[in-house]
Amino acid sequence: MHPAPSVILFTSLSGLGFGLLFFLGFDMPAVTGWVAFAFFFVAYALAVGGLLASTFHLGNPQRAMKAFKQWRSSWLSREGVFAVLALVVMGLYAAALIFLNMRLPLLGIIGSVLSLITVFCTAMIYAQMKTVPRWSQPMTPVLYLLYMVAGGALMAAQIQLAIALLVAVTVVQILHWVFGDTAFGRAGSNIGTATGLGNLGQVRLLESPHSGTNYLLREFAFEVGRKHARKLRGIAVLCIGIIPVILLSLTSEGHLVSFVALALHIIGLFTSRWLFFAEAEHVVGLYYDKHRG
Amino acid sequence: MTTLPASTQKKLGLVIDLDICVGCHACVISCKEWNTSNYGAPLSDMDAYGENPVGTFLNRVHTFEVKSEGKNAQTVHFPKSCLHCEDAPCVTVCPTGASYKRTEDGIVLVNEDDCIGCGLCAWACPYGAREMDAAEGVMKKCTLCVDRIYNENIPEIDREPSCVRTCPAKARHFGDFADPDSAVSIMTAERGGMELMPELMTKPVNRYLPPRPKADISGDIDILAPLLAPVPENTGGFMGWLDAALEKI
Repeated sequence: MHPAPSVILFTSLSGLGFGLLFFLGFDMPAVTGWVAFAFFFVAYALAVGGLLASTFHLGNPQRAMKAFKQWRSSWLSREGVFAVLALVVMGLYAAALIFLNMRLPLLGIIGSVLSLITVFCTAMIYAQMKTVPRWSQPMTPVLYLLYMVAGGALMAAQIQLAIALLVAVTVVQILHWVFGDTAFGRAGSNIGTATGLGNLGQVRLLESPHSGTNYLLREFAFEVGRKHARKLRGIAVLCIGIIPVILLSLTSEGHLVSFVALALHIIGLFTSRWLFFAEAEHVVGLYYDKHRG
Repeated sequence: MTTLPASTQKKLGLVIDLDICVGCHACVISCKEWNTSNYGAPLSDMDAYGENPVGTFLNRVHTFEVKSEGKNAQTVHFPKSCLHCEDAPCVTVCPTGASYKRTEDGIVLVNEDDCIGCGLCAWACPYGAREMDAAEGVMKKCTLCVDRIYNENIPEIDREPSCVRTCPAKARHFGDFADPDSAVSIMTAERGGMELMPELMTKPVNRYLPPRPKADISGDIDILAPLLAPVPENTGGFMGWLDAALEKI
């Protein structure tokens, strides 16, 4: 799949933003006044910035409001609805905390749960795609939710919790790769089933329907960079969890250490999210004989 | 509404005969011609006369080779367009309701005024039947020429999809699969019409008729073979004298 920068930015940043909101809703850290304002500002900048980035890849962004209509069937629509609900509820909670020094615990918990559901909906957009076997596994929503809470805990300065969650997200990320690597084969689609000619013998593409490229090849048959996938996975694993966990466990707590750990985690997150798209194979590639192995 | 109808009154679709298609791409061109000038936004081309032309097409013809052990390889031309699936995954993912399946005839369409161009329906389609138009930013797909098949302003003979009307080999057929007595239903039953990627449970309406088995001619002697047999070296008589005389020159 084509790793569109807008989608990578959107899923990564909004995940971090909602992750921070999730902890703020539980009063972690317990902040009021201007400090609370700073925390909520960062969370909203990430969540809303991510959502805005997601509109950059739309063909007709001026009609984006129509995307709230089909929440009964569409995960994308549900994501939009829950994102707005989460942001409104957390906005009220934040306003009370910042301007009235008043904590409304129930509102905070509702906002946290809505934030969690929003990221779950994001993950389900990918997990529902039977056409992309690497995404179509139950671990995909688990992975997205772990990235959300691990990054959120790191930003909310919940160091002990962050260490545990960073270990968890690293393990699940590796498992997601391992199971993802064999997912295409297990799904059972091949050039024989795609053409219906499999029972007649070995099928191969003799001639492409077009001499140049097209929307399908650009969107679904991304191959550049797959050769570096192993190195990038290594970099991602080091940055997502291993180095941050070592930093946070071995050094005394401090803003600088937390900041370095967070910066590394974000680099790892971007790398793994790029791989999430770049390594994902769509079954339409079978019609172009693109699937190997 | 992007939930799918429980059932449709008709199931309009195509039968494509892989035994007959000669791969001339006439259906591709006639589809582009009709659909760029009728329903919805035109099918744009980018850099049409430049080095890297790309464009939007609703129908494309792939050519495959099938080879089984000990047999001659076989060429199969394979036209591919929207299969108007009964459980169309492209419809339910649409966040705006722009993609829908018609209750009356089962045609899957895009209401372009509601399409935000997110591309999710193209992700959900296993068959590559949907292409985003680069100029308009909306999703384009086969409409089964909905603006031809019911069009009383054109002669009755033309009231079928453009690709079917134009096919010079008659490899494409249009009809109602809900009617067991329709030509497409009968052809599908008689020839074992195939669903593409049945494992993905999309229940495509369009069917592909497999190539008929080829006669095994590997043991036969070519009818021209006797004429190509080598001439005997030591012929006698006039031919022998002529051969010897010509050698000496």
